[in-house]
Amino acid sequence: MNMAVYVWQIGGCLLAIALAPLFAGWVTQCRAWLQNRSAPSLWQPYRMLRKLLHKDAAVATHASPLFRSAPYVVFATMALAAAIIPSVTTELPLARVADAIALVGLFATGRVFMALAAMDVGTAFGTLGARREMMIGFLTEPALLMVLFSAFLMFGSTALPAIVEGTLTAHQFVLHPSLAFAGVAFVMVLLAENARLPIDNPSTHLELTMIHEAMVLEYSARHLALIEWASWLKLFNYACIGFAVFMPWGIVVDGADPRRLVLAIAALLLKLVIAGAALALFETVSAKLRLFRAPEFLTMAFLLAVLGLLVHLLLEV
Amino acid sequence: MSTDFLEREGTRLPANVAVRRVLVDAAQWSQSAQSLRDLDACLLALWGADDRDVDGMFRIFAAFLLPDHVLLLQHAMPAATPVYPSLAGWFPVADRLQRAVYDLLGLQPDAGDRRPWLRHGGWPDDHFPLRRDSDSTQTFPVEPAPYSFVPVSGDGVHEIAVGPVHAGTIEPGHFRFSVVGEKVLRLEARLGYTHKGIAKRFEGLPLAEGHHLAARICGDSTVAFSWAYCAALESITDTELPRRAASLRALALERERLANHLGDLGALGNDAGLAFGLVQFSSLKEQLLRLNQEAFGKRYLFDYLVPGGVVTDLGMHAIRAMLDEATMLEQAVATLRTIYDDHAGLQDRFRDAGQVSPELARAHGALGLAGRASGTAQDVRIDLPWPPYDWLRPRRVLRFGGDVAARVLVRFDEIIESLRLCRSLLETLPAGPSLITLPTAATGRLGLGLIEGWRGPVLIALETAADNRVRRCHAHDPSWQNWPLVEYAIHGNIVPDFPLINKSFNLAYSGHDG
Repeated sequence: MNMAVYVWQIGGCLLAIALAPLFAGWVTQCRAWLQNRSAPSLWQPYRMLRKLLHKDAAVATHASPLFRSAPYVVFATMALAAAIIPSVTTELPLARVADAIALVGLFATGRVFMALAAMDVGTAFGTLGARREMMIGFLTEPALLMVLFSAFLMFGSTALPAIVEGTLTAHQFVLHPSLAFAGVAFVMVLLAENARLPIDNPSTHLELTMIHEAMVLEYSARHLALIEWASWLKLFNYACIGFAVFMPWGIVVDGADPRRLVLAIAALLLKLVIAGAALALFETVSAKLRLFRAPEFLTMAFLLAVLGLLVHLLLEV
Repeated sequence: MSTDFLEREGTRLPANVAVRRVLVDAAQWSQSAQSLRDLDACLLALWGADDRDVDGMFRIFAAFLLPDHVLLLQHAMPAATPVYPSLAGWFPVADRLQRAVYDLLGLQPDAGDRRPWLRHGGWPDDHFPLRRDSDSTQTFPVEPAPYSFVPVSGDGVHEIAVGPVHAGTIEPGHFRFSVVGEKVLRLEARLGYTHKGIAKRFEGLPLAEGHHLAARICGDSTVAFSWAYCAALESITDTELPRRAASLRALALERERLANHLGDLGALGNDAGLAFGLVQFSSLKEQLLRLNQEAFGKRYLFDYLVPGGVVTDLGMHAIRAMLDEATMLEQAVATLRTIYDDHAGLQDRFRDAGQVSPELARAHGALGLAGRASGTAQDVRIDLPWPPYDWLRPRRVLRFGGDVAARVLVRFDEIIESLRLCRSLLETLPAGPSLITLPTAATGRLGLGLIEGWRGPVLIALETAADNRVRRCHAHDPSWQNWPLVEYAIHGNIVPDFPLINKSFNLAYSGHDG
């Protein structure tokens, strides 16, 4: 193992942090086009970050240090998650010490801090949002684990790089029916976890209907910038988990050859363009579910994931 | 207890619809309310008057909507004891109206809720700004007073306070939810944040200028309010409006209805998460407003109506453009309706949300659009038609579901019906002048204007003073009747469905607060 691997470990993480706002901007742009609106610039999220970072932060008088530190914790968990997801190469030293179950735990840590911070200042909306977020969270986590378990069983490892390597180094191309079930379940989890339609509406101004937005209502300036960035990073991470499990083609599996890495980045961008457009299309044609339909939606995701697992055990072993 | 006097007595008041005024004493006031309730009449408006400079009396007026006319009860009280029997026992909507009358004039109902409604600590408890001896230039320090919301207790019950400042750019209103988890047990609204003292401002204005102020009471109903004012003034001066002017006014009123319904349908889609609907309907609304600008010189038709007619006539080019637009809108709205009807996610949000049963609507005297979605067949254009609706004969739109879906469907149906009315108005636009001058109004005459705006019936009661000036002008928006229904509609629903339910009513803040 040479130094280049460590360079790419850090480089990949920075790449994710840098690309995440672009991906969010792309989804927003596609949504606008699909709705017949003129779209904001692809760089709008970066401009928003710059704007927020230049402002003075207003913090509630009764806010505890938890409220101030939560944005940093949330951002750090998402950045760390980006470091263990093989998006460009599987040669990730960190991925050897933290497997996909740890990844789910990282997301949960971010969620818990976000919810605690939302309740910290004691506004009605913060508590409302935190309550709803935890309800969604306790339903998405098992579904996500079930999806990952299908993949774990297939390749005998809980590490994402091993799953990527397993698919890419297989001697022949195999279609796994179980992955089809898991794929649908994964998309449903992705929508719920990232506060997208039909579970949450990222562009609403109706405070009573909000989930994620209600939790961050009290944040401003650099705190808000970090939270927004973290949520874009979360969406990016989820997309990369999806690519790693369901369509890993393009990811470099043996060594960090710079030329192949460039090709891998190009493949990643192509996949993001397609995934972003698909997400925007799905969001455009869906209405938001009634809040209490969300458990049905997520139970369905869990059920599909379990079916994927059963299909694998019955048909593919 | 005989209420024969209601039938025997009474004089006809100048108005665009049939209005009968009956002078009653305190006992007859209550008896009338009882028998009017039995007749299923609606309390349209309640307002007070300070006539101490004329005969040392305060007066209270109550307008009721009956199937074939409007009945106006007038009751005088001596200045020393301005107390009158409460109507709230028969007409629940009277409660808030009585509180507003007390805040402005100090006329006290003998029972019912005593909490302030419009005051909000903006002026002292013993000051009544609408009294004639109150100086409107006087200012007071604002002293926010605690307001006691009706408490709800029980295991796990807590309150969510929303507003008056909201996360979006919308008008101020405070909503106090008592909830268990997400389920709403009770909602209490507190309004009055946009009270501007319109009634006080009207006092002493030249009659020929009052329509400017009337047009600004509620921006989205500017045509309805200015028509109601003009109708009251024209009735007082016994002016018959030229037929062309009446048709042009009706065209403006129907276009106001169209613009609001199109905007609301888009917003309802958006509130259910379907931004596609908002974009499509907003584009249709924008096209309509641009054609308004082209044809009438005003996007929202502010000040298009003036006493005696309308400010600009319509050219052949504009008429053709509007006819073409009607065809385009009919097709576009029909397509969008199919999309709304067939969208499972949207229908799941709309159906059974925010239900107001026909019984509840009747008990609370629901008016206008919200009433027609709950089986209350009230529409002044049809029940008490004034020109040109007497020959236009609009078709009644009626639904019985009472949920958000029903209010959406009433809007769709009314768009199609309004387009039909616009088409017949444009195709048979009578020749003649579109504006005439009004004669001088006699002093001390009371006249009413009642116009079915897009939300429901808008009423203006105008009283003249010497020198062609306004002595008093009371404006009433149908939102007074329908706001309490929103509080009932949310019962048993969940908190995140409130914005959608509220939007399906889309009631006024500015028009209500006055």
